[in-house]
Amino acid sequence: MTLLLFYAALFALSFAVVYAARRLATQRQDFTSLKTVTFGDESAVRPDRAASIISVIAIFLIWGAFTGSRLVPVHVPGPFQGLTEFTYTAENEAGEQDTAIVRVLVHEVGRDPDPPEIEPGDGFARNDTAVVGMWRSELIRAQANDGGEDEEVRIVAVAGQPIEPDRTVEVPNGTVTMSGRGSLNFAPATGMQMEPIWLPAPETVVARFFEIASNGYQNFTLWQHLGWSLLRVVVGFLLGAAVGIPLGYAMGLSGWFRGWFDPIVEFMRPVPPLALIPLVIIWFGIWETGKIVLLFLAALWIMIISARAGVSGVNITKIHAAYSLGASKWQIMRHVIVPNSLPEIFTGARVAMGVCWGTVVAAELVAAQKGAGMMIIAASKFQLTDIVILGIVLIGIIGYSIDILMRRAEAWLVPWKGRA
Amino acid sequence: MSGLEIKHLSMRFDLPNGSWVQALHDVSLSIAEGEIISVLGPSGCGKTTLLNIVAGFLAPTSGSVEINGHTVRGPAAERGMVFQKGALFEWMNVRENVDFGPRMKGMPRAERDRISDHLLEIVGLRDFKDKAVYELSGGMQQRVALARCLANDPDVILMDEPLGALDALTREKMQGLVLKLWKETGKTVILITHSVEEALLLGERLIVMAPRPGRIHEIYNLPFADAGVGADLREVKKDPAFGEKREEILGMIWEMEEEIMGRAEAAE
Repeated sequence: MTLLLFYAALFALSFAVVYAARRLATQRQDFTSLKTVTFGDESAVRPDRAASIISVIAIFLIWGAFTGSRLVPVHVPGPFQGLTEFTYTAENEAGEQDTAIVRVLVHEVGRDPDPPEIEPGDGFARNDTAVVGMWRSELIRAQANDGGEDEEVRIVAVAGQPIEPDRTVEVPNGTVTMSGRGSLNFAPATGMQMEPIWLPAPETVVARFFEIASNGYQNFTLWQHLGWSLLRVVVGFLLGAAVGIPLGYAMGLSGWFRGWFDPIVEFMRPVPPLALIPLVIIWFGIWETGKIVLLFLAALWIMIISARAGVSGVNITKIHAAYSLGASKWQIMRHVIVPNSLPEIFTGARVAMGVCWGTVVAAELVAAQKGAGMMIIAASKFQLTDIVILGIVLIGIIGYSIDILMRRAEAWLVPWKGRA
Repeated sequence: MSGLEIKHLSMRFDLPNGSWVQALHDVSLSIAEGEIISVLGPSGCGKTTLLNIVAGFLAPTSGSVEINGHTVRGPAAERGMVFQKGALFEWMNVRENVDFGPRMKGMPRAERDRISDHLLEIVGLRDFKDKAVYELSGGMQQRVALARCLANDPDVILMDEPLGALDALTREKMQGLVLKLWKETGKTVILITHSVEEALLLGERLIVMAPRPGRIHEIYNLPFADAGVGADLREVKKDPAFGEKREEILGMIWEMEEEIMGRAEAAE
């Protein structure tokens, strides 16, 4: 909640700063900037690139601040680390009370330091020491060494505050909870930072990227993992397009084709490809065939529908004009219908590539030896959160790149899109 | 013989609700080679249906259209068509649009270029031949459409409100261009329009059609098209005879529209 408010504040603040800076700088007077009605005019709303840059930087800053990153100067309070002490009061069978100290060393998880030293102190309650990892907690049987032989000693207060089983008391740098059997459970303060196993620091992920890029992961290099995922997507998509586009054309050009395939297409279209995974695995196995068939099915319906829409979308006057100019059916197909449907097909191809990319990752989560999804699921089994995050980032980057490439290709191949 | 013979055309089609529409009723018209004819009428008089039948996009329920002695059975290159808008191919540049017809026929490149260069020169688009059509203004696009139609060298040119989507000034200029092209090429032209002035200016004969059922109501023989070739069309419009005819035809169409309204009210 605090984080959300902070994020909203960051959003508003950076807007105010950039806006103020822009007002000081000289204004560019293009047509859009001279529009007075911008609220509700979609054409006047252009993405503010400064906002995009700040947004990306903010994500990294927040990520770094909450993971104690060395790359980020400001951190939220981190977990306590080092030596701390708290006192407890014990009562013996005779009803006498005595106070002793517990000295605790809080260390990074994975290290195994020696316990700190402490004098036993005077009185029947003896001082104790303990060692605990950050974000962990430790049961401290502080009363075990108190009193005489076989004497029952129980703890009645911690840090001067009375305590009983299941009660928690705040002590410096942590909390102490009494267990049901009268022992003390010390949990060092965690602060607001995330434990690496939940969210590793950005530099850890980057370091892991270089490590996997050079050494590979799970018997395959990083490039093999990503390459295989991409290859599956491309092959599945191309097969889907190779079947879907002609079928879509046929459905757009012949009533019999449309009548025949409409129920199948309209039925299969809303079925998410992921729901087909079990069936595809049963029919085609878990290896490449199964995955390609799945991606083929993911792309097929989208490509059929876009090709059909491309044919239906051709303005009848263009067809009439072409016939009047003496074109044959085949020439009309080649010179009018196909080019006219290209914008629709490109839109469909972009959607299909996106769906395929999402589907391949999901399919690899289920069963695979290599691939981006397999990398994530294997890493998660070993709690290698940095690889999981690395995988997510790479999948996102590749998906985004595919879309950008498709848009470039579209602008290059169908420049007339939306300008008819 | 050469020319266009429209014989007892009737067109009746059923509607989904069980009733039917008599779009055309016994329309007969004989058009000589090289004649320019304008067709005028209130909406619903079947003038576009008539043109579509002549073009071969629609089959009449009875009657026939004959051209050069054979019956029209479908669209063909002998009958070129110019549409109001949206008929150019956006994926081709101006030159590729213009030489589409010759290209489909397999004419060699050099000859095609000669034709398109010549026509683009005539319509004043010589410097725009490599431009994309969506970069041109509406008037320029219609000039490309005219050139494309002429490049295919049809016997008859059918124009379906070709200037209807243009602004008034461009429209006037284009009217002059249509007349010029008609005279220079000697093509037979059938032009459908909503504008009485345009129909008077561009028709050697003006066919006024009446609705319900669509039929020929009146035929005028006019001198203005011949007078207008190469002349200032604004001068032609100042001719008192032009004004008289305009008032007469406007009154006629007004009457028809009133009648339609009256019938619609009576039906309610």
